[in-house]
Amino acid sequence: MRRVVITGTGMVSPLGCGTEVSWQRLLAGQNAARVVTEFEVEDLPAKIACRIPVGDGSDGTFNVDQWMEPKEQRKVDPFIIYGVAAAEMALTDAGWHPQTDEDQIATGVLIGSGIGGLEGIVEAGYTLRDKGPRRISPFFIPGRLINLVSGQVSIRHKLRGPNHSVVTACSTGAHAIGDAARLIMLGDADVMVAGGAESPICRISLAGFAACKALSTQRNDDPQKASRPYDRDRDGFVMGEGAGIVVLEELEHAKARGAKIYAEVVGYGLSGDAFHITAPSEDGDGAFRCMTSALKRAGLGASDLDYINAHGTSTMADTIELGAVERLVGNAASKISMSSTKSAIGHLLGAAGAVEAIFSALAIRDNIAPPTLNLDNPDVETAIDLVPHTARKRDINVALSNSFGFGGTNASLVLRRYDA
Amino acid sequence: MSDIAERVKKIVIDHLGVDADKVVEGASFIDDLGADSLDTVELVMAFEEEFGVEIPDDAADSILTVGDAVKFIEKAQA
Repeated sequence: MRRVVITGTGMVSPLGCGTEVSWQRLLAGQNAARVVTEFEVEDLPAKIACRIPVGDGSDGTFNVDQWMEPKEQRKVDPFIIYGVAAAEMALTDAGWHPQTDEDQIATGVLIGSGIGGLEGIVEAGYTLRDKGPRRISPFFIPGRLINLVSGQVSIRHKLRGPNHSVVTACSTGAHAIGDAARLIMLGDADVMVAGGAESPICRISLAGFAACKALSTQRNDDPQKASRPYDRDRDGFVMGEGAGIVVLEELEHAKARGAKIYAEVVGYGLSGDAFHITAPSEDGDGAFRCMTSALKRAGLGASDLDYINAHGTSTMADTIELGAVERLVGNAASKISMSSTKSAIGHLLGAAGAVEAIFSALAIRDNIAPPTLNLDNPDVETAIDLVPHTARKRDINVALSNSFGFGGTNASLVLRRYDA
Repeated sequence: MSDIAERVKKIVIDHLGVDADKVVEGASFIDDLGADSLDTVELVMAFEEEFGVEIPDDAADSILTVGDAVKFIEKAQA
């Protein structure tokens, strides 16, 4: 099977616009949660979220005009803009701008989203009700469809290889990267632009996830304490937004053009819980089988793992994931660091797995495990280092990133340091 | 320029993101102002909304330039 490496990354996260600014702020222990002020939240049980810092583009702020023409912006939901922006960053970072027919056809796109253009669908619903069908814009559909991130990126950069998308709730970003890597391994493409994008922070989504009992609702007056994975006083996740995109490349293709290599994608596992629409099974069987299969694909054992970027949403499911990891690693538990970066950026839903895979690659690059913020009182005792409060310098050669989604859909990625 | 023409021009500038000096009477939405077929559908909807007129599909098909739009609306409002 052909080998696949990460040669570019791009990110729009609640900690900033750009991979490096987000990463440095994450390592510094910054927390992006705040009270939502952009729309009415008074009647919502959850009034907080991790929002992208918007500004003129300086100091890590996101300036939408830098990434999409104003006349195009109003035709699409924000998740498409975030995805387009992160993809452009990733391609620039990789130095990959295919000009020839051959290179364009060898490059594909596989970007997903968990729920897509929810806000735009709500608004169009009001228009339909109040003004009738003749007022529904021709851009309503192409501005909301989940695969239109892949479509827009393909059109903008003339990427004419496989054009695909994933929708697996909170596992979307990880599935997109894993599936895209396989397309390269199987020879369908030499380069893939892959990841996830999400813009879920709107009234209907906060109402819907709160109704599922998934959101933190007890710390509206202290938002930076709300996302607290593994802590005994956690009460749900904090919603985030943004996009994470990687450029995946066949190893020899990357070497031939002297590309910078972040890490190799060595393992990818998938499983289904077959249990419940929103909850994982108590025994963590789905997560366990998913991680096991990713390690098997990587040809590695649990004792090879150095760092795990947990799904860890700050819900009751955290301890189920932790139990599954303990079962997986056995006696190797004490050598492993595992953190949830959702403690700093919230849960980016369909973008989470991609953003967290990038953080995992950077953990390998810089030999440092990002922290789990707010972990004051661990809910259960474990020999695994949960990296409470502050980042930890340590050797990291192999990292695993977990993503689990509603519907019982699980994905694990294993990344390894690439030594030339 | 008439009031209708000014309002049409403003809609075209807003929707197509083009410079004001390009939006002249004879300018074709598709050939001169960079619109695609979906843009022209949305433009017609914006004219309907702004002027409170209904532009049937067969009439919309014949509105190809800024001047066509102004003439149609002037006639519809007369």
